[in-house]
Amino acid sequence: MFSLTPEEWTAVELSLRIAVVATLVSLPFGLAIAWLLARKEFWGKALLDGVVHLPLVLPPVVTGYLLLISFGRKAPVGAFLEQFGIVFSFRWTGAALACGVMGFPLLVRAIRLSFEAIDRRLEEAASTLGANKLWAFVTVTLPLALPGIIAGMVLCFAKALGEFGATITFVSNIPGETQTLSAAIYTFTQIPNGDAQALRLVAVAIVIALLALIASEWFARRAGMRYHGE
Amino acid sequence: MLSVDIEKQLGEFSLALKFEAKGGATALFGPSGAGKTSAVNMIAGLVAPDRGRITLDETTLFDSVVRINVPAHRRRIGYVFQEGRLFPHLTVAQNLDYGRWMSGISADPDERERIVALLEIDALLKRRPGHLSGGERQRVAFGRALLMKPRLLLLDEPLASLDRARKLEILPYLARLRDEANVPMIYVSHQAGEIQKLCSQVVRIEDGRVQASGGLELLDAETEH
Repeated sequence: MFSLTPEEWTAVELSLRIAVVATLVSLPFGLAIAWLLARKEFWGKALLDGVVHLPLVLPPVVTGYLLLISFGRKAPVGAFLEQFGIVFSFRWTGAALACGVMGFPLLVRAIRLSFEAIDRRLEEAASTLGANKLWAFVTVTLPLALPGIIAGMVLCFAKALGEFGATITFVSNIPGETQTLSAAIYTFTQIPNGDAQALRLVAVAIVIALLALIASEWFARRAGMRYHGE
Repeated sequence: MLSVDIEKQLGEFSLALKFEAKGGATALFGPSGAGKTSAVNMIAGLVAPDRGRITLDETTLFDSVVRINVPAHRRRIGYVFQEGRLFPHLTVAQNLDYGRWMSGISADPDERERIVALLEIDALLKRRPGHLSGGERQRVAFGRALLMKPRLLLLDEPLASLDRARKLEILPYLARLRDEANVPMIYVSHQAGEIQKLCSQVVRIEDGRVQASGGLELLDAETEH
């Protein structure tokens, strides 16, 4: 039962690639926006906060459709980006975009909370020791926020791995290109005698999710130990 | 020589201070809430005054008229905070070297060894601040501020978080720093006893104003302590 067919492997590999790319590409944007929300007061802050969180509360189909009418090949943003060779529609990159957008609020929330929890007086201490704002951020803020950053990345990765509605609406369900684990499981449940295949992929999904959780616990514990342990 | 002439409105509280500090150790002495910490924060560059001028030797650190405000990270002023503020994710050794890294000072192993020996923190170098006692933490904070080779050292009630026994344990280290490190010090405290042991000049501050400045005899005028 546990030997996967090439088609199933493709879906697993594709899902991992999409989730990893979505998480890593989101990270710098997530750090920047979390920092803005945690540290700065500016006009439109509530609006930015709302827009970032929108994918969390909107039906995923709506998010997917909005991506389709803005990032599709004939849509304004999509047509513009195509000039630079960046194409999202019906490509795995589009799936990664959809997953990144869906996971983004979770990423930003976790990082923002950890930025807010940091004692800013430590940054002041860093500045009296000669660190400018950027160095104080890199050497003090970022390492102290690490457990929250890792937690946010795991949440974003998990969301990306399980994303279904926005992805299928935006880039459809094309085997080998945009058919992720979730889409493949859905497809197998729709065909006669597909149960065994669906179950195999379900087992894979559980294993990946567990591994991600255990890895994040380990990282967060190590990072936490650095403050209290030796 | 440090020369301070500043004004700052902090909510209802108005601060207007004018004083000078020559070499050696100068005490900013006065009750809690008198504005002593605000004053050192402005000298360090963490808070900008509304008006006035701060100069250290030949350098203007702040001048509201000609719009000079040297940022904290370029002032080279060491600051020992009440609660130490050691970096919890770095070892003691890394905390000590942080100022040197950030200020781009080349390594001076002899100086480092001398200060580590002076403060008797060589046994702590590999530990993290979470594993130090309050007194040990403050000793590391002294070392961290000194190793960036500051032009001036600000000490804001560095003993306030310690119990009496720890205070007595730390005071001799501070006296040694004053005599051997050869860095002018501004020592903030409301404890006449500490000041008597360390400082030669006193600036008495009350309600955001300098009441008097002079020698240790000013401590006697204070009856509350």
